[in-house]
Amino acid sequence: MEIKKAAVAGTLESSDCMVTVEPGDGTVELDLESAVIRQYGKQIRKVIHETLERLDVTDAKVTVVDKGALDCTIKARVECAVYRSNDIKKGLPWGGVIR
Amino acid sequence: MKNAVGREIPEEILKLTGKEPFQGNNYKQGVPFRRMGPIIRPNMDNQHSKLVGSIREALEKCHAHNGMTVSFHHHFREGDLIVNMVMKEIHDMGLKNITVAATSLGKAHDPLVPMIEDGTITRIEASGVRGKIGEAISAGKLKGLAIMRSHGGRVRSLVTGETKVDIAFIGAPTSDDYGNLRGIGGKTNCGVLSYSHVDGDCAEYVVAITDCLVPFPNFPAHISMTKVDYVCVVDAIGIPEKIATGAAKPTTDQRKLMMAEYCTQVVVNTPYFKDGFSYQTGVGGASIASTISLTKIMQERGIKMGFGVGGLTKPMCDLLDMGLVRVLMDTQAFDLDAVSNVINPAHHRITAGAYANPFNKGAFVNRLDYVILASLEVDVHFNCNVVVGSDGVITGAQGGHPDTAQGAKCTIVICPLLQGRIPAICTDVTTVTTPGESVDIVVTDYGVAVNPNRPDLLEALKKADCVPLKTIEELRDIAYSIVGEPEPVEFEDRIVGIIEARDGTIMDVVRQVKPIPEH
Amino acid sequence: MNPNLKRLRRSMMFLNCQKPGLIKDPYVYAPDSILLDLEDAVAEREKDAARYSLYHALQEIDYRGVERVVRINGLDSDLWEEDIRCAVAGGCDAIRIPKTETAEDVRRVEAAVEAAEKDYGRELGSTLIMAALESAKGVMNAYSICTSSERMFGIALSGGDYTKDLQTTISGTGVELMGARQNMIIAARAAGVQCFDTVYTNLNDMEGFRRDVQTIKTMGFDGKSIINPRQIPIVHEIFTPTQKEIVFAEKVVHEIDTKKAQGIGVFTVDGKMIDIAFYDGAKRTLALAKASGVYKGDI
Repeated sequence: MEIKKAAVAGTLESSDCMVTVEPGDGTVELDLESAVIRQYGKQIRKVIHETLERLDVTDAKVTVVDKGALDCTIKARVECAVYRSNDIKKGLPWGGVIR
Repeated sequence: MKNAVGREIPEEILKLTGKEPFQGNNYKQGVPFRRMGPIIRPNMDNQHSKLVGSIREALEKCHAHNGMTVSFHHHFREGDLIVNMVMKEIHDMGLKNITVAATSLGKAHDPLVPMIEDGTITRIEASGVRGKIGEAISAGKLKGLAIMRSHGGRVRSLVTGETKVDIAFIGAPTSDDYGNLRGIGGKTNCGVLSYSHVDGDCAEYVVAITDCLVPFPNFPAHISMTKVDYVCVVDAIGIPEKIATGAAKPTTDQRKLMMAEYCTQVVVNTPYFKDGFSYQTGVGGASIASTISLTKIMQERGIKMGFGVGGLTKPMCDLLDMGLVRVLMDTQAFDLDAVSNVINPAHHRITAGAYANPFNKGAFVNRLDYVILASLEVDVHFNCNVVVGSDGVITGAQGGHPDTAQGAKCTIVICPLLQGRIPAICTDVTTVTTPGESVDIVVTDYGVAVNPNRPDLLEALKKADCVPLKTIEELRDIAYSIVGEPEPVEFEDRIVGIIEARDGTIMDVVRQVKPIPEH
Repeated sequence: MNPNLKRLRRSMMFLNCQKPGLIKDPYVYAPDSILLDLEDAVAEREKDAARYSLYHALQEIDYRGVERVVRINGLDSDLWEEDIRCAVAGGCDAIRIPKTETAEDVRRVEAAVEAAEKDYGRELGSTLIMAALESAKGVMNAYSICTSSERMFGIALSGGDYTKDLQTTISGTGVELMGARQNMIIAARAAGVQCFDTVYTNLNDMEGFRRDVQTIKTMGFDGKSIINPRQIPIVHEIFTPTQKEIVFAEKVVHEIDTKKAQGIGVFTVDGKMIDIAFYDGAKRTLALAKASGVYKGDI
């Protein structure tokens, strides 16, 4: 999926994360800030990249500020930001690329 | 060399400190030592005045010098102004290589960081450190070692002469011009001066700092003129609203209430819960809620507490006012209700030494039935960590944790299974502060685990069928199943601090953290 | 018949799907059901965000046997159909329809649920439905709503909107809710479905809450919607049979079983006249006691 415009999802509350996607420079560039980066940094990056791959996002600047979110929340926020950048709110592929 | 809690204590650190690795709680039981006394400069000239005009004058009269050790107490908690005031003067005098031996350091003392960076302060000894100083130490900015000791361990280190304090600064809410100090009255009422007694006994020079000079004699004195060299009057020694606030409203957080209920059920269904039992608890929401629900059961069953001890809060003082506890032993007042309750004749001030020093001929903690504690992490060996965050950065204080945990017959640690994404119950704590042999029961929101070395307690709780019992490994597995197993935090080789056991042996070392990896 | 139609539902706790901190582990409080809310608690511009969170929570969080009911947006919105697709794909246990006024409302939802079950490969009929009645019209149609679908497990009063529709306000006394509560419990029992009471929003008045729960329990309700975990222990305590009730129910069941074999129809237990009409009630008491963890017997 193409990142058509900048979009944000999530909050900075505890157990949440805020994901911003913007059009990229040809690759996926991830900027991660996390309260638990020393213990979960690798896992969080993995979840973000896998989610983007499922959504076929190959060109984006992604900024994530994590406040100790679980993997399921990180996925949800990344998906939300990507679909928002495409103005898609209906007919979503539940159980397809969203899983 | 591995110590009794399985931590590797490098030879170089043993050599550098002259310490032994931790060998178990009662390793020094009955082992004789000589109590050290300080050098004293007597006053018999009736023309001699103890009043000095400034901190600078006090420092000069006490022969402040490079490499000296200065000490402080933390009864003013996050409202303390003394440490920064004195250290600024020492810094302005250009003195270097200072050891700061405080009972505890908090966020209020963030201004010390530049003095760590420029070599004014090169060693820190404290119960622990919060805020920016902790971050600075973990980043390797302190040239020497940080030594973290429990309240009892600190007293031991002063009376054995291991820590030699050159100048002790004692912030006193009231003082007379001859150095009779009280923890009450004045503008910065903190109730007690328990942690400072040992400094009065062991420091070479003792300087009282007050913002409320009262007529002689300021009596009954909590710290006597017989121990004080100089008295310095300043505008303010603390920020009252940050010292003690009104009692915290009882928590309405159901998770904490649940843990409190489990904790109360554990207390009332174990064999020490009978008339005359003794009890200590902390200031956390669950601890306070637990004291409140325990009060109800004590009333129902007609059971009274013999003594309560420790840092005190309103619910403990309420017990005294209701006649449900015979005496309170106070080392620190956590709220204004506790501060004002010291007028009750059964509310006694005790010194940190009487409270917890393992090198006494006996301390109050040794007579505890129950202590309720918190912890940042507890591992499957029941070791607790209250000093170093799960990210490897120093962020807390031992306080009386190891002292009371060893002393009490039943030590209960309350902590939620997860702090955000961080599992509090883990395979190995980041740093051991309290050994598992001291910890009997862990209460979480997901269930209660009993240390296998206490089959008697497990049996009692099974029989009562009052709490959801789990093994500590089960709790750990639940935590990891929710948040994933954490990656081990990466450290540099350099040791920046040691966690000292109560008896002066080494419980664990704290290493410098690596910078956060980019990818 | 879906075996979950009659499960124990004393406490149904509302949780805002947009708040990860709320939906990550509500099971520690042991409610019987959670109401994962996509409707009123979620801000208009976060409606989409709440769905992604809901889907992954349903898929990945082990709610440890707590029933997961999803409150969808109203049928007057353009959100409810996507809500149902998301919830059913995620594998929720039930859908709660807000502002239900007619049996037709339920049938529209039922059709959407069935289509989603087919689309996402979920067992047909596995997703139950409950209806919230929030208006005078809804309350008047309670019986036809209760009997509108095989998936229908119960109806719930939503007091805030209902009192607005009545042109009154929540007084704390329950007077303004009396008619609706009475009508709904009668309709639900007549239809053989469950009936749930509205939320009690004043968290500072736990005694008032306790009285409220006691009232609806006496009226015959199966449970209550709640907004804070602190309310759960009180609901469960009130809905848990007393030891005396359990002992009596055990005797009743035992006596009826043995007397029936002997051909005796009417007899006394503890001085009370007992016949077969007491049987179901006694069985229900024991089932409730067992579910509440206070009865370990095997009747």
